[in-house]
Amino acid sequence: MIPEYLAPFIWAVLYILLAPVIGGLIAGIDRKVTARMQGRVGPPLLQPFYDVAKLYEKENLVVTASQNFFVLSYLVFMAVAGALFFSGGDMLLVIFAFTLSHIFLVLGAYASYSPYSHIGAERELLQIIAYEPMIILTAVGMYMVTKSFFVGTIVTSSIPIILYLPGIFIGYLIVLTIKLRKSPFDLSTSHHAHQELVKGVTTDFGGPNLGKIEVAHWYEYVFLLGVVWLFFAWNPLIAIVAIIIAYFIEILIDNTFARVKWQLMLRSAWIIAGTLGLVNLGVLYYLRTVVVP
Amino acid sequence: MTYLKKSPWLLHYDASSCNGCDIEVLAALTPLYDVERFGIINTGNPKHADIFLVTGGVNAQNKQVLINTYEQIPEPKVVIAIGICATSGGIYRECYNILGGIDKIIPVDVYVPGCAARPESIIDGVVTALGILEQKRLVMKTKTETKMVKAGDAQ
Repeated sequence: MIPEYLAPFIWAVLYILLAPVIGGLIAGIDRKVTARMQGRVGPPLLQPFYDVAKLYEKENLVVTASQNFFVLSYLVFMAVAGALFFSGGDMLLVIFAFTLSHIFLVLGAYASYSPYSHIGAERELLQIIAYEPMIILTAVGMYMVTKSFFVGTIVTSSIPIILYLPGIFIGYLIVLTIKLRKSPFDLSTSHHAHQELVKGVTTDFGGPNLGKIEVAHWYEYVFLLGVVWLFFAWNPLIAIVAIIIAYFIEILIDNTFARVKWQLMLRSAWIIAGTLGLVNLGVLYYLRTVVVP
Repeated sequence: MTYLKKSPWLLHYDASSCNGCDIEVLAALTPLYDVERFGIINTGNPKHADIFLVTGGVNAQNKQVLINTYEQIPEPKVVIAIGICATSGGIYRECYNILGGIDKIIPVDVYVPGCAARPESIIDGVVTALGILEQKRLVMKTKTETKMVKAGDAQ
């Protein structure tokens, strides 16, 4: 049997090795389901892996050499954030590492001289501003229910967290749309509207650097869906079903909604965080301190 | 093992075309033909592209744009001239403002004639271009390898 003090390291190593595989498969399923929703056959399941392998066969074209550093930092900090999460670390530290990795992506986009890249970087910053309060509220909500910020404690708690935090869960699903770069909010990369911003933040990254950004997205997918797991951690079967349903809803939203302006994104993300999130926390606080002290 | 053939991303540029061929290029991306089956994506960004589709006979105004766009595509890359105007200038060949074909400005690998070129022949042109792309990749690979060997000798 593995000694208990080694378990966090094993989880971290497993995440670093397996998350790109799982994340790539999720991206492949995503493209296949999207194609079916649009009445197309769609690419093979392994297409995201072919894409990244191809990008590594291409020439690494950069505008300034610092772009290489920023993109590598984005990938490394994304992997660190996920590894901290899966090794049962502090939720707040995970969120800090997660935000830092996105700041590196923004800096990388600002390092080039293209106006499209700059607009993409500005929109990426706005997206960070939009989703950050809700992500913090998620961590605070989990603390109020389980009395711990540590993922290791939250995941082993037998409390059905979703029943205490339904508002926070809905709010998290809405910012998940921003984080997964899905349609109403795919402002910074212009994921679907290819020609509109050229390609937003990723405009000036080509070849292996773009490949690194894709792999970082795969790490991100697994981490974000891991947070969904926490809400249902008391029952793994329900957790897996919840993740599948949540991701399917994200794809459905992606294919049925037009893109919004950044003002509406910021407003809706903050109003949701302010109402659903704070009201949920307020009710929880009231029940804990007044009704059942 | 080559992955370039499994995931060719397109960039489409209209060098003073009448829009006929452009509509046919976009028709190839619709659900009827669905080229994403083969991993083909229409990007709007030269730095992400592998295959450069150009339509129209090029005039003095968009000549420089064409050169800039071509130079921003990372190696290995191929250029496909779509439609008769892009291959030779077509009926506009004698016009004072038309330079007469893409290959006057940048090297072209595949020519797809037609007025307008049909989506089937455009897809056929892209498939032909994939073979050339693979050859170019091998050339690029041997070039970098010889460069590394030379650098090793110098040390």
